[in-house]
Amino acid sequence: MTSTTSQPSETFRSDFPILSQEVNGHPLIYFDNAATTQKPRAVLDALMRYYERDNANVHRGIHTLSSRATEAFENARDKVCRYLGARSPNEIIFTRGTTEAVNLVANAWGGTFLKAGDVILLTEMEHHSNLVPWQLVAQRTGARLRFIPVTQSGELDLEKIDTLLNTEVKLMSLTHISNFLGTINPVKELCAKARLVGAVSMVDAAQSAGHMPLDVKEIGCDFLAFSGHKMCAPTGIGVLYGREEVLESTPPWQGGGEMILSVRYENSTYKGAPAKFEAGTPNIAGTIALGAAIDYIQTIGRESIRVHDEGLALSAFAKIANLPHYRPLGPSKSRGGLVSFVHDSIHPHDLTAFCDQKGLALRGGHHCNQPLMRKFGFPSTSRASFYLYNTEAEVDRMIDILEQANHFFK
Amino acid sequence: MNTEFEELYQQIILDHSKRPRNFGPLEDPAAVHVEGDNPSCGDEIQLHVKFGAAGEIEDIKFTGVGCAISQASASLMTLKLKGKPRSEAEGMLKAFSDLITKEEEEAPRMLGDLRLLRGVRRFPQRVKCAMLAWRAFEQALMGSPGAETISTE
Repeated sequence: MTSTTSQPSETFRSDFPILSQEVNGHPLIYFDNAATTQKPRAVLDALMRYYERDNANVHRGIHTLSSRATEAFENARDKVCRYLGARSPNEIIFTRGTTEAVNLVANAWGGTFLKAGDVILLTEMEHHSNLVPWQLVAQRTGARLRFIPVTQSGELDLEKIDTLLNTEVKLMSLTHISNFLGTINPVKELCAKARLVGAVSMVDAAQSAGHMPLDVKEIGCDFLAFSGHKMCAPTGIGVLYGREEVLESTPPWQGGGEMILSVRYENSTYKGAPAKFEAGTPNIAGTIALGAAIDYIQTIGRESIRVHDEGLALSAFAKIANLPHYRPLGPSKSRGGLVSFVHDSIHPHDLTAFCDQKGLALRGGHHCNQPLMRKFGFPSTSRASFYLYNTEAEVDRMIDILEQANHFFK
Repeated sequence: MNTEFEELYQQIILDHSKRPRNFGPLEDPAAVHVEGDNPSCGDEIQLHVKFGAAGEIEDIKFTGVGCAISQASASLMTLKLKGKPRSEAEGMLKAFSDLITKEEEEAPRMLGDLRLLRGVRRFPQRVKCAMLAWRAFEQALMGSPGAETISTE
């Protein structure tokens, strides 16, 4: 395990300028990657290059800068298309992030096709961003929410899946990797089952897109969403993948410039996907930087990143389990690159504040998973989440700091 | 360890968080009950206050879960407020809020052990934790017997 886990981190660490700093007098250990990752020099350079050389609006100018900006922007769409294994760049819609992508599907698709009595199937481990948009559309359409339960060990309970995923279900949306438990869900199998009952499927890939190989044709989903900032790109840029036929039948969501063919005072005609779903001036710089982030990730290789991140998570899980008073949560075998844990008396806010004093950035809180935390009986947990630049030595340092907390708060 | 951090988590604060005083329900039909929460971190408090005939704080207790700062603040608050006339309690609410949010404030003697929490001002993200019990008390001052809710957001 050690040989595979040390490979990317040692080599690529120096690509991230932010990592070489001290926080509160200690070298920064950044373990909050499930919230947002750091950005490599190549991505920062792409942002600067765009603003220093090419800045212009896209798709509407004849002048040189506009052509350059448009080319770079559409080039990024091609990169995302290849990255996801989509059939065509027309299946790639740029959004502000995963949250906006889910809201787009809930409003444009759900608002059109969901009727009273239809079932929206989610799981009990969804991030609020893959729950609240469905609650809103359910209230509006009269559709009902149904949840695939989560077992005490943090996995989907699929025992009654054929009853849950029946012909009443019109849409199923679930997370690929839980941002709270690290569970990797069998999205391919569930999307296949959804197809059998005629339900549209959506995958929240926020925690997987930058961490493991991913192919939408192999998963077999109709929609898939992710955020750029959780995979080396800036905040404010994300992607909605939609299967071409589903996008064709889905009406626009937001109206405005860029998405129209012809506008009259009374009515308008719209372009096809993806322009139909991209009203207004997009986040051009962010999109181009997302392209640079994809290039960066591809040079390392997503399988290497997956092995590395999982190695750190499994190692952290085992080491935390061995510490007095601490308990790691979720699956102990195959998992995404993060570990949530609790202490039998120290509250996560006090613990993460202590760790911050040692230069260790952890997340403490409900991780936008309040219903599941309530089910498990934790008001909040601490979470360490890893990325390609983290090292086993940093995990050991964390374990040392957690042990020190036992003495400080005793 | 940073001395500001050690001041924030000094022994007496940790002691109050582990062995909170006046912790428990207050089963009295005349009591005001306020449910308070801090949605961003999940701290919760149920504050129970019984006002006397002249409006004084005849009895005050709390239950809840939360970080050491929120629990210690609630514990120290109940010790300080119990038996105080209403006007004095209102003054303490203002004085405590100033203590943990304003840089230049001298710590007024009347706050007693509550002055130990002044270290919070160095950690702005923890002000909500320290204020949770006090926001609940503020609501109790305005409330009538029965249940009320407040939120720090």
